[in-house]
Amino acid sequence: MSELTTRLPRRQRPKPLRRRHLGVHAVLVLGSVVMVGPFFWEVMTSLKTLGETLTVPPTVFPRSPQWGNYGDVFDTLPFGQMFWNSTIQTLGRVLGQLVLCSMAGYAFARFEFRGRGLLFGLFLSVLMVPSQLFLLPQYEIVAGLGWLNSLQALIVPGLFSAFGTFLLRQFFLSLPRELEEAAKLDGANHWQIFTRIMLPLAKPGLIALAVLDVLWSWNDLMWPLVVNNDPTKMPLSVGLASLIGQFSVDTTTLMAGSVLATLPVLLLFVVLQKQFIQGIAFSGSKG
Amino acid sequence: MAGVLTDREQASGTDGATAPGGSPSGSGSRGDTPAPGRRPGRSGRSGRSGSGMSRMRRNDLFWAAVFILPTLLGLVVFYLWPVVRTLLISFTETGPFGGSEFVGLANYRELFGDARLWETMLNTLKFTVVALLGIPVALVIAALLSTEGLRGVRIYRVLYFLPVVTMPAAVGLIWRTLYNGDVGVINALLGLVGIEGTNWLSNPATALYAIAAVGIWLSLGTQIVIFLAAIQGVPKDLYEAAALDGAGRIRQFWSITLPQISPSVFFISVLAVIGALQTFDLIFVMTGPTNPAYPQTETIVAQFYQRGFVENQQGYAAAIALVILVVIVAVTALQFRLQKKWVHYV
Repeated sequence: MSELTTRLPRRQRPKPLRRRHLGVHAVLVLGSVVMVGPFFWEVMTSLKTLGETLTVPPTVFPRSPQWGNYGDVFDTLPFGQMFWNSTIQTLGRVLGQLVLCSMAGYAFARFEFRGRGLLFGLFLSVLMVPSQLFLLPQYEIVAGLGWLNSLQALIVPGLFSAFGTFLLRQFFLSLPRELEEAAKLDGANHWQIFTRIMLPLAKPGLIALAVLDVLWSWNDLMWPLVVNNDPTKMPLSVGLASLIGQFSVDTTTLMAGSVLATLPVLLLFVVLQKQFIQGIAFSGSKG
Repeated sequence: MAGVLTDREQASGTDGATAPGGSPSGSGSRGDTPAPGRRPGRSGRSGRSGSGMSRMRRNDLFWAAVFILPTLLGLVVFYLWPVVRTLLISFTETGPFGGSEFVGLANYRELFGDARLWETMLNTLKFTVVALLGIPVALVIAALLSTEGLRGVRIYRVLYFLPVVTMPAAVGLIWRTLYNGDVGVINALLGLVGIEGTNWLSNPATALYAIAAVGIWLSLGTQIVIFLAAIQGVPKDLYEAAALDGAGRIRQFWSITLPQISPSVFFISVLAVIGALQTFDLIFVMTGPTNPAYPQTETIVAQFYQRGFVENQQGYAAAIALVILVVIVAVTALQFRLQKKWVHYV
């Protein structure tokens, strides 16, 4: 009896509420269609025959899914190699930045030394400069080192990040000092304190930086476009872009390639939704 | 860049579970807003014993060097020196067989006399103006998503966020097929309601706007997420008071939400402008030099790429890069001037 009495009002209340939200949902669903529709169309197109992509009016679903289109991607491009290049480029930059930026960020957050403010200002100034100002000289340096068309060309300039240093400094500043003071009294040196105490505590900050770096590295177009024009040294972004002017490449192949190129980051996003959204909200950047 | 720091600080406050002094009460986190960077850890270190100080300082200096030098060196070599170097390159001209000679301001003279520069500048400006139109859209969606008791907010958030995590090169390819004049689905949909579409990306009258729309689509998720966080920080009692006074939802949005989150709106508009002024990926993938509408869509950064890395005119490209810097600094400064008129800091 008591169960029934408590349940009834609870069940009744949401109904009018939900009805009131009907208009809101209508707008949001419509918006969602615009946001997701292109991806839906991408996947559908990737499974059609070339003939089906040319019908007017277009059909939505492929008559029988052409999984072979995904195989064509590998015949058109050294896709496996490019996938590998993208992976190495991304992993290299992410791991390098995690190590280097966490060290620098920690030092700016915790060490007292003369000129710290000035030096930090210098770091921040890099953030304000548009990337076109770096590009020509970076190219000169990389070319001078004989690194054009190499994986290190994709990785090395991206190892150093003023943004990552800034992000992690902010994060270290938000951590309590007590643990470090205690460890210092126990005779630990700065390196031990940093690696054993602070880094584990900074995990959310490190994840935020890693997520942003994955996004930016995987999707980066201009830098790899400039330094690597050998298809076997290109990352996927450049590989995809290189297909555009070629009339011999079918739309179905292009769409299948796009699906494959975006899938890794998309899967990562599904797994780490919260970290992605917080990371982007923190940086505010589109990458 | 107070606005930028402010929002970054705010976001970091809501970021990790470990961040102390997080914001259980909305009004508390608002209070931090005017004083970015003034976290407890930064000040209040002066009360140390005097005797061990200098040794400690020297010790700190040593460790600071160990921790900072690798990044510092990398930034100097790959980011700070390049800015100086770009300036130097802009005073030179590259010969046909490599090697370069000092030409003074010749590149700049040529640049400012070049109709192409002004055309690409105008295109870039159009992109920027259209990009700003995305902000009201993001605001409305964020406001709708903030509806009290609304279900499925997390699903909507993920759906609206999808383009943000997608490679722009792939996005460009997808929209190229959607925009196709003959077999594209957009024209098919328009046909259903009796509108005759065009070949959106090769029609000089539409190409720029078609690409700019994709730019909005691409960054909407980021903007929504930031606005959502800002709206959640608005004190609830303001709405309750307004509701008592008989203000409806739309009235509440105009007189409470919008003024309260205006610092975030400002922050987003600065980022959107800086991003739009550097539009490149989408242009490169969606039109490209062979497209008949390319002259109407080529941005200043695309022109920079063309000169610097296709036509091998590094000096000229370096001069363009510096023009880009000046334009971005000028426009951002203008935005900071204008913000006093409409941004409302609590």
